[in-house]
Amino acid sequence: MSEVRYTDQHEWVSLDGDTATVGITKHAAEQLGDVVFVEVPEAGRKVGAGGEAAVVESVKAASDVYAPVGGEVTEGNKALADEPAKVNADPEGDGWFFKLKGVSKDEFAKLMTKAQYDEFVKGL
Amino acid sequence: MTEGCKVRFRRIALYQLLFVDPMTGSEETLRKTPLHALHVELGAKMVPFAGYDMPVQYPTGVLKEHLHTREKVGLFDVSHMGQAFLGGDNPAKALERVTPADVQGLKEGMQRYGLLLNDHGTIIDDFMFTHLAGEKDLYLVVNGATKEGDFAYIAEKLKGIAMLTPKPDRALLALQGPAAGKVLEKLSPGIDTFTFMHVRRATVAGCPAIVSRSGYTGEDGFEISLEGKDIEKVARALLADPDVLPIGLAARDSLRLEAGLCLYGHDIDETRDPVEANLVWSIGKRRKMDKDFPAAEKIMDEVFNGTKTKRVGILPVGKAPAREGCEIADKSGRIIGKITSGGFGPSLNAPVAMGYVESAFAHDGTEVDLIVRGKPNPARVAPMPFVPNRYKRATA
Repeated sequence: MSEVRYTDQHEWVSLDGDTATVGITKHAAEQLGDVVFVEVPEAGRKVGAGGEAAVVESVKAASDVYAPVGGEVTEGNKALADEPAKVNADPEGDGWFFKLKGVSKDEFAKLMTKAQYDEFVKGL
Repeated sequence: MTEGCKVRFRRIALYQLLFVDPMTGSEETLRKTPLHALHVELGAKMVPFAGYDMPVQYPTGVLKEHLHTREKVGLFDVSHMGQAFLGGDNPAKALERVTPADVQGLKEGMQRYGLLLNDHGTIIDDFMFTHLAGEKDLYLVVNGATKEGDFAYIAEKLKGIAMLTPKPDRALLALQGPAAGKVLEKLSPGIDTFTFMHVRRATVAGCPAIVSRSGYTGEDGFEISLEGKDIEKVARALLADPDVLPIGLAARDSLRLEAGLCLYGHDIDETRDPVEANLVWSIGKRRKMDKDFPAAEKIMDEVFNGTKTKRVGILPVGKAPAREGCEIADKSGRIIGKITSGGFGPSLNAPVAMGYVESAFAHDGTEVDLIVRGKPNPARVAPMPFVPNRYKRATA
């Protein structure tokens, strides 16, 4: 069973055991508009919580994507290089960015729940 | 992205630099074009631009808006641009004091592109001037962000020989795309007969207008100047055509970039002159001979002997866009220039850019590196336009 948490930088993290999948939220994808370029990290790269991990660019803007929790990258979503539009089509599914292993449950628990994130977005 | 949104954008290149101008002040001070209510009604995302609250995109989205304009027709509200008439005994001769363009040689019913130069020969603005058939006064259109300064400068420089009358109550629409002629013909019978850079007074949807066959997308199309009170009626009549979609500033920017056209304040400004900006074609032949424009000696010397830097087109080899401000390096890593406009070109489905490089690197095909996020990304100097122009030119 995986659980999903969110950050105030509009990333989502799905945790299954000590393995996490990270992407940007539907709200972020909508705000960015048409995504035209994505750069994901290579497997083996170690990232700390809050560290730069990926890049997403739409027609009008470029943005960094941060690792919401620390860990070692096991996989970047290579499909996004050829089909960046997947990020708009399914941001919280097929449009995932990277997977991490060795993730701390405590770090994860500090992130926002779905209800908290929805409330946060409403306040923007 | 509105400023209120907290998605972290450390490198908001295009959006922040182009569409959120810190000089425009708070939202309360933003001006509105006569189409503001229509933009909101159509669901546009509004942003401050050139002192106005303007539509950056509609619900259609930037990518589709861009592609629709190249495929069918896009309608743009460009009412923020400055319109004026220049009167006097010989307004064409007077205007040549501040531009190297051939104004006096412009035939009736035609318009032309010109650069407004300061005394040092650098670029205050780029603009269009028109000689309407049977009319003595010249009709001018300048950029929105620079209009107050331009008008003050022209009035001051031409004091006593010409009289500038700004027309803040006029509004401006651009109708752009391959089907623009067919669409406008329905609302202004006979209009589709004239060709690129021709201008005439006409009636559009029953409203008096100045219509030019021109635009800033690289496509065939028109710019339609109207009384502010009439623009909504004309805009609604055009939008009622199934081929026409409203298009925001973001797509206007990607369209003009693919067409290799300069955006004032980014690709040209008061630090650049016509030669390094690669706009020598806008200097009239007679003007080159007579050397009677601002800083003519310096500029003509550069025409013959070259400049240190030159504006060029740049095509990144990979997929990563290089945004404004990105440094350009030679293959040894030495910085040789900077990107002044860059992003993703939807029609090319690839990144596109323009910028200034040292003249030795300005030849088409020269291999360079663009420093994106600290890493060199290979790119090539490339001819512009990136997408071929499709203007409706007169056939000989």
